[in-house]
Amino acid sequence: MKSLAELAEIRERMKDKIALREGNNEIRIVVGMATCGIAAGARPVLNAFVEGVNAQGLEDHVTVTQTGCIGICQYEPVVEVFQAGKDKVTYVKMTAEKAARVISEHIKGGKVVEEYTITYAKKA
Amino acid sequence: MKELSLNILDIAENSVKAGAALVQILLTQRQDTLTITIADNGCGMTPEVLRSVTDPFYTTRTTRKVGLGLPLLKLAAEQTGGSVRLTSRPAGEDPENHGTEVTALFHTNHIDCPPMGDVSATLMTLIQGHPETDFLYRHERPGKPVELDTRRLREVLGSDVPLNSFEVLQWIEEYLREQYQTDQTNQENREETET
Repeated sequence: MKSLAELAEIRERMKDKIALREGNNEIRIVVGMATCGIAAGARPVLNAFVEGVNAQGLEDHVTVTQTGCIGICQYEPVVEVFQAGKDKVTYVKMTAEKAARVISEHIKGGKVVEEYTITYAKKA
Repeated sequence: MKELSLNILDIAENSVKAGAALVQILLTQRQDTLTITIADNGCGMTPEVLRSVTDPFYTTRTTRKVGLGLPLLKLAAEQTGGSVRLTSRPAGEDPENHGTEVTALFHTNHIDCPPMGDVSATLMTLIQGHPETDFLYRHERPGKPVELDTRRLREVLGSDVPLNSFEVLQWIEEYLREQYQTDQTNQENREETET
């Protein structure tokens, strides 16, 4: 059974690590979590990004956050990737599977997954 | 919305946006009914706003305060023969005791009652996105109630470790899963002894 003592252990383990991590966020992944996003399936997409980033050991320079409605509800779930010195990338109609590919190819590999972007969706 | 847990996520997001320090999510499961209450100590709404928030056509893009979330919850509840009740005390009127309470009643034996879905995932999403907000979750059901109070977790974690650190989120997920599972096992055991 999970106990609060275990949580105290997590605190001991992490408190030094957290201090190092601050101000070190080169990439920000933002998932739309308004009514439109939630109804379209944003919750598992967020979860996939949170888990994927940690599974790949990217948590020291990547943060995953949430935002409200950005006005393109028909493209939800929408995920934006911000990186200093680069253009914002907007991924649309995301799924947990697509999130895994974005993490390995774009967040880790540095190559945008063009076919999931809004630019690509508008052309099709 | 395919699951009630998604409606809960959506309504609780309103509470966070209203500046709530504490959001309480209370589920009460009885024989044929389920009551979902989401109560916050956020900025609250004036009676005029309160009257309009369940009407999807009242608000416009530039002035909207809530959107489609409450109409969708109301629709889901009424489809089962249930209802939604809203009360609110705006901060301007009562600086000591303000906030909003949304209560939805569902008749669970109605064919149109949506499944509960993954309520743990809803809580994880809320805590991940709003580590500064406190959430009290309590699910009363046959057997032991399932409970999570982030204020207690915060006491243990102190200010060193945010609630949305991955390891803490994993702990929370497991903590909830175990509570739901233990309950199930107990119930199964009871059934076995009965037969």
